[in-house]
Amino acid sequence: MANLTAKTAFDGLLPIAKGDVTLSEITFDAITWVAPYQGKAAAVSKALDKQIAAVFPDPNRTTGSGDARAVWTGPGQAFVLGKPLKPITGAAMADQTSAWAACALEGDHAAEVLARLVPIDLRDDTFAVGHAARTVLGHMNCVLMRTGAARYEIMVFRSMASTCAHEIARAMRMVVARADA
Amino acid sequence: MQIPCPLCGNRDLREFSIRGHALGAKRPEGETWSADWDDFIHNRDNPAGRTEELWFHGGGCSAWLIVDRDTVTHEVFGAKLASEGGQ
Repeated sequence: MANLTAKTAFDGLLPIAKGDVTLSEITFDAITWVAPYQGKAAAVSKALDKQIAAVFPDPNRTTGSGDARAVWTGPGQAFVLGKPLKPITGAAMADQTSAWAACALEGDHAAEVLARLVPIDLRDDTFAVGHAARTVLGHMNCVLMRTGAARYEIMVFRSMASTCAHEIARAMRMVVARADA
Repeated sequence: MQIPCPLCGNRDLREFSIRGHALGAKRPEGETWSADWDDFIHNRDNPAGRTEELWFHGGGCSAWLIVDRDTVTHEVFGAKLASEGGQ
């Protein structure tokens, strides 16, 4: 059997830095899609809490921390990032680990970079730490999470990794150029 | 133009796509062809003014919404989840 070399989604593309902003790849041990069946939301939330110490997230929110987090990804569905999950009775689950490319945008001007690409209100009172959003990054669907005062995590479809890195790098250059002007 | 998604809050128009007049709740009874079905499939009003439309939040949470808006002024009065029957 051929000996294949595993590559991460942003292999050879990240990290990059411009001004005080850095863009680096994040990898998760597993990304699991979880969707409770009708009427099973509470039971599934409890089972999740037991497995990863994080309940099923409310719309536009994340729960948990460290190597086991859950992020809301749409009505009645969430991703668990990090620890692989054991099957949960009452929920549809699917492995999404290699389907997504994840990166972290960090720095005092990170929000300014994002604001050039994402059409949502990123101000502190509407998009605080622990908040998440399904939105678009340029023309790409994404999952956006604010994980720190100056740190955002972005997930796009893996096939979009190079476009994602290109778009964000371009926005980073623009923000730096504007600061220098 | 912004649409107030009941799940995501106010979101920019570019996250949405329009499906047309909101007819989902008015689907005719039964599966036999009738004038009601003909009307349901083929006939659309084209109101100049306030109307309800189906919009898809494809660039966001992927929910279908029933949006109450004015086609003349583009004012948006509100949006409800289509999955909840627009209630």
